Amino acid sequence: MNIHVAGENALIIYFGEKTEPKISAQVQQAVDLLSLTLKHHLIDLVPSYASLLVVFNPLLCDHLAVRKMIREALQAISLENDRLSEGKVIELPVYYSLESGPDLAIISERTGLSVDDIIAIHQQGEYLVYAIGFAPGFAYLGEVDERIASPRLATPRMKVPRGAVGIADRQTAVYPAVSPGGWNLIGLCPERMFNPDAEPTMPVQVGDRVKFKAVSREQFLALGGTLEGEIA
Amino acid sequence: MSADNSTRGFTVLKPGILSLITDLGRFGHHRIGLTSGGPVDPTAFRWANRLLGNDENASLLEASIGGLSLEAQLDTAIVVTGATVALKINGLDAEMWRCHAIKAGDKIDLGFASEGCRSYLAVAGGFKVDAEFGSSTTVVRESIGGLNGDKLSAGDLLPCDARASHPLSVLPEESRPTYAKEINLKVIPGYQQHYFSRFQQRQFFSSEYEVSDRCDRMGYRLTGAEIKPSVDGILSEGICLGAIQVPADGQPIVLLNDRQTIGGYPKIGSMVSLDVARLGQCMPGAKINFEPVTIDHAHNDLCLAESYFQRTNVVSL
Repeated sequence: MNIHVAGENALIIYFGEKTEPKISAQVQQAVDLLSLTLKHHLIDLVPSYASLLVVFNPLLCDHLAVRKMIREALQAISLENDRLSEGKVIELPVYYSLESGPDLAIISERTGLSVDDIIAIHQQGEYLVYAIGFAPGFAYLGEVDERIASPRLATPRMKVPRGAVGIADRQTAVYPAVSPGGWNLIGLCPERMFNPDAEPTMPVQVGDRVKFKAVSREQFLALGGTLEGEIA
Repeated sequence: MSADNSTRGFTVLKPGILSLITDLGRFGHHRIGLTSGGPVDPTAFRWANRLLGNDENASLLEASIGGLSLEAQLDTAIVVTGATVALKINGLDAEMWRCHAIKAGDKIDLGFASEGCRSYLAVAGGFKVDAEFGSSTTVVRESIGGLNGDKLSAGDLLPCDARASHPLSVLPEESRPTYAKEINLKVIPGYQQHYFSRFQQRQFFSSEYEVSDRCDRMGYRLTGAEIKPSVDGILSEGICLGAIQVPADGQPIVLLNDRQTIGGYPKIGSMVSLDVARLGQCMPGAKINFEPVTIDHAHNDLCLAESYFQRTNVVSL
């Protein structure tokens, strides 16, 4: 574990250097421990794949004091992976098709896999929620099978519809709202990934696992999905 | 927000370029991807509330570049701080950094900013806007906060309380901040320095940069000497206010209030918050130089600035 100054009011803790469930579990433990121990000194926490950004109130304490509090709190961190089994497993329905996932054709052409194979491989994985960010409710899920890993589009789209399921390298995600985006789109999920008026606001949190399940066009529409959001 | 007929306040006649309802910001929700928002220039924001004797976190308006026009539906008091704009009440010149009593029917106009970029208009008691995720601050990109998550539009009603009489005050001229077009900004060199060669680091701290057209509440993209990191990207991680990202094109981006919470570009350092506010008061074309400082130096500056704010007296009218 390394702690560095990230800015005037922030320290960043690194637990490793790569995408790995074990490291993610440590990040989650640290979130729980620091939420409890830093109390009013804490302004915000940003967990990610292998790091945790700790934003503190620089008018109440300095970085040395926060560093000390972090070191003490994280002594309790367990290297055993008991945390990994605690997350929920959430199944998300996806309408995979060339209509709802325009980049299936590109991935198929590049990899030599059939569209059906790509859809099957994407559903085989159980993906860990490594981080939430970029936009409210955008959950970074990993890792997809290497056979369907796909580089980001050279030119990002101006408009990706809400619910679009995408792949970028070995990450996959569901766009929670209409936004620009450069991920390869393979389908649409009818479930809302972020609803500010709901409690909880998101169906998943970091540390949960996600499975995708193919649904038909009819089922997708019956579950509240829409195909009107144009892909520009 | 209950929009029944009894709700009174100010009507927006002209929204200006970008006018937003904001309080000090939304904190504690980075974990679900919500950014902090809040005033780009917290000092000017705090002066506005302090001059009116408001709660420090009361909701007010941040007008970027100006052009805002309001009509009062009730008696109250206002103050405008921040970037210099021609302030008019019923067509007559009115002083900034000074509270003004307002009568129902009064018209308030903010011209376009001549020095700085963001002005703050506060009303006695603050605007009464429901908090979302603990804050009223508007983040347009997220459609959260303010009135329906959006910037002001003509016809919007900004609710507030009526005040028959309200204590007024002024900030003496010598205590007011000034806004320059050529500035030195302090940067804490980053923990990712190893992605930048010594030459690249020296280049960054010895070159002049210019604020480009691509500057908004999310980030300020600068143009100038190219800085080449040794990697295109890093494993995505949390980003703090003031972080200076360098993407593959070598042109630095300073991240402001509405930044995305995580990102994967290497960072050469992080600007101190007082200077992020000064940068955020710049318009495209402003000239920037960077100065490396230690975090202890930054902390000292911050504490002094806070002490200055607390110990500077406003004068009652």
